[in-house]
Amino acid sequence: MTLTSDRRTGIAGELSHVDKWYGEHHVLDDVSVQIGSGEIVALIGRSGSGKSTVLRVLAGLSTEHTGKRVVAGAPALAFQEPRLFPWRDVRTNVGYGLTRTRLSKAVVAERADRALADVGLGDRADAWPLTLSGGQAQRVSLARALVAEPELLLLDEPFGALDALTRLTMRALLLDLWREHGFGVLLVTHDVDEAVALADRVLVLDEGRVIHELAVDDARRSPSDPSANTERYRAELLNQLGVAL
Amino acid sequence: MTTVGSATAKVRLRQRKWGLIRLASPIVLLALWQLGSALGLIPQDVLPAPSLILDAGVDLIKNGELADALGVSGIRVVEGLVLGGVVGVALGTAVGLSPWFEATVDPPMQMLRALPHLGLIPLFILWFGIGELPKVLLVALGVSFPLYLNTFSAIRQVDPKLFETAQVLGFSFWQRFRTIIVPSAAPQVLVGLRQSLAIAWLTLIVAEQINADKGIGYLINNARDFLRVDVIIFGLIVYAMLGIGTDAIVRAAERRALRYRS
Repeated sequence: MTLTSDRRTGIAGELSHVDKWYGEHHVLDDVSVQIGSGEIVALIGRSGSGKSTVLRVLAGLSTEHTGKRVVAGAPALAFQEPRLFPWRDVRTNVGYGLTRTRLSKAVVAERADRALADVGLGDRADAWPLTLSGGQAQRVSLARALVAEPELLLLDEPFGALDALTRLTMRALLLDLWREHGFGVLLVTHDVDEAVALADRVLVLDEGRVIHELAVDDARRSPSDPSANTERYRAELLNQLGVAL
Repeated sequence: MTTVGSATAKVRLRQRKWGLIRLASPIVLLALWQLGSALGLIPQDVLPAPSLILDAGVDLIKNGELADALGVSGIRVVEGLVLGGVVGVALGTAVGLSPWFEATVDPPMQMLRALPHLGLIPLFILWFGIGELPKVLLVALGVSFPLYLNTFSAIRQVDPKLFETAQVLGFSFWQRFRTIIVPSAAPQVLVGLRQSLAIAWLTLIVAEQINADKGIGYLINNARDFLRVDVIIFGLIVYAMLGIGTDAIVRAAERRALRYRS
C-alpha cells in the first residue's frame, strides 16, 4: 500500500470488514474503521464492547482475524499504564521506540532527548522510571511512541489511570504534539468528554459492532470557543451507549 | 519544634542503644569464654580458650598451611559452583521459556531434587573414585537445584505486558532476552545463588571428609588425629567466614541489580 504525502487524502490505518472470534464469542462483527492521515478518531464503548480488540488488531498484536488491515508503516502504541522498562533509564526507554530503525546509538540518544523535550521532560532523561510520577511516566511512554515519528498513533485509554488535572494537561499535550507532527490517532476510551474534546470523529462500538458514528465540529479543539454543540454531542453519545440522562 | 526535635533525638539515642547492645553481646560472650578458660572452669581439651584458637590460626597463617588449604577448597567450590550454576541456570531458563522443555526436563529434575544429594556420596565414590572429581560433582549437584528452581520461577514471573510492549516495539528474541528476561529475573536468580552458595560450602565440608589429602577438610581431619581441638574450631570458623564473605558479595550484586528501585 503506497501512501500519498497529502495528509488530507492519505490513510494512516484502516480495517475493513474485520471479524474476530474468541472461541464461541464473536468479539468483532464486521468492523470497518478508517483513520485518515492527521485525523483523530475516538472509539468509545462499554467494557467488553471490543474496542481494545480493534486497537490490538490495528497494532498487529492480534493476528487471527478475517478482513483487511492496512497501516502506514509501523503503528505506535501507548497503553493505559506506561509500561516502561524500570531497569533502564528514561532516555534508553524512549530510544526503544527506534528499535525498528538502524540508527546509531548516538542518533538514537539524540532523538530520544528531543522527544523528551517535546513532552516537557528534557531534564529527566537520566532518571529511573520508578522515580517519575504517573503523569511523567505516561509522558515518557508518549515520547517513546512518537520518537519514530509514526503515521499512526494508537492510544488505549492512555489517560485513564491519571488524576483529573493531569488528564487535562495530557490532553493538551497530545493536541500540541499532534498539531506539530500530524500523525493519525485512534483513541480508545470510555470517557465521552475526552472523545468529544479530542476527536474529529467518534465511533461507538457495542458488542463488537460499530453502531454509531459522530463527526465532531473542528471548533471542539479550541478551548476559548465554547461551542453549544458540546452538550448535544455528549447527549448523543451517551444515548448511544445506553446511559439515560 | 524543640519538643519534636528532642523527641527524634531521643528515638535515635534509643536506636543506637540497641545497636550497641547487639554489638556488645558476642564480645561479652567471648570475654566470659576467655575468663572461664583462665579460671579453669572450661576444660581446655574440650574447648580451648579463644586466645589459643587465635594462636592456632596465626600459626596456620604463618606457615602457609591455611593459604594452601583455602586455595584447594576454594577451587573445589568455584568449579562446583560454575558447573552446577551453568547447568541450573541453563535448564531453568530453557524450562521457563519453553513448554516443551518444561514437559520433558522438569519432571526428572523434580524427582532428582527429592534425593538428598549428600546421601549420594557412597555412589559417587564408586563412580568417580576419591579424587577431586566426586567432590566437585557433589558441590555442582547441590548447587544446581536452587538455581534451577529460582531461575525457572523468575522467568515465569516476568510481566507479560512487557513482552507485549516488546512486540509493539519490534524487539528481536535476543533483545527481549537482554532487556526483559535477564533484568527482571536477576533479583530472584541472585536469591537462588545465595541459597546455592550456602549449599556449596555445606557440601564441601561433607565432601572433604572423603579421603581428603588437602584442603580445609583435610586440615580439620588431620587436627582430629592429633587432638588439636583449637585447629578444628579455627577451621570451622574459616568455613563460616567463607560462607558469610561470599554471601556478602552476592548481596552487593543484588543491591546493584536493584539500584533502579531506589
